[in-house]
Amino acid sequence: MNILETDGEALLAALRTLLARKNLVTETEIAERMEATDNASPGQGARMVARAWTDAEYRALMLEDGTKAAEAMNIPMRGMPPLGVLENTAEVHNLIVCTLCSCYPRAVLGYPPFWYKSAAYRARAVRDPRGLLTEFHTTLPDGMKIHVVDSTADYRWMVLPRRPAGTEGWTAEQLAAIVREGDMVGVTIPSV
Amino acid sequence: MNFAPGDAVVVKDDWPEARGPAHIRTPHYLRGHKGRILRYLGDHPNPEDLAFARPAEQRPLYHVTFPMNELWPEGRPKGHSDDELVVELYEHWLERP
Repeated sequence: MNILETDGEALLAALRTLLARKNLVTETEIAERMEATDNASPGQGARMVARAWTDAEYRALMLEDGTKAAEAMNIPMRGMPPLGVLENTAEVHNLIVCTLCSCYPRAVLGYPPFWYKSAAYRARAVRDPRGLLTEFHTTLPDGMKIHVVDSTADYRWMVLPRRPAGTEGWTAEQLAAIVREGDMVGVTIPSV
Repeated sequence: MNFAPGDAVVVKDDWPEARGPAHIRTPHYLRGHKGRILRYLGDHPNPEDLAFARPAEQRPLYHVTFPMNELWPEGRPKGHSDDELVVELYEHWLERP
């Protein structure tokens, strides 16, 4: 049998049967993981951000332990690397990159955008973050310091952006709708 | 865990990849550079062994911060001398200056 020429569906069925027969993983676990992967999208991270903007206790949990904060929003984190959340403040803006590969907090942001994996983004984020932000049309206030976070090892990082002016009194649902994936990577900042 | 937040550290100027097959999570551009421990991130199995399916010891992992102006002395914009680069590094890559 040439494995490269075998029908993919048949191969997958055979692999799943073997995994189950050897008690390595159950059909239920596979189904759970497929559902989690299908549901992972920037909308999940946006729900966390919106809740942090409206709930001080949740915000503290999110900065202390991103994994627990995700689980508190029913985002499955089992088997995922630990999630760290870095807060943008009036003094510091965070920008996330993975220069070694493309580590990305998939559980809460889904698949990385195409540019995140590009050699150009990975090289320029660490050498010229201010030039890079300009190309994303992001203007930081004068005096704002940048922390470029090179995600090299066992954590996955997301940014908790600052809540934009003009959103006073908004509900968490309204707030979640304005948070984009770039805001949680740090290449953009939320605006209304 | 040998380092505390605020400790000065130097990244080893070591190149295991030049000696044979290796899986290294310490970026090239940091080797030999001085930084400062920002936070401890827990112990994790050493990825340099995991990548080769060898038994992997638990190793302390830290967030280490480096001044951007020292990493890239040329071509940095003026007036942003406090920009920093923050990277996860394993303890066995760090030394005291």
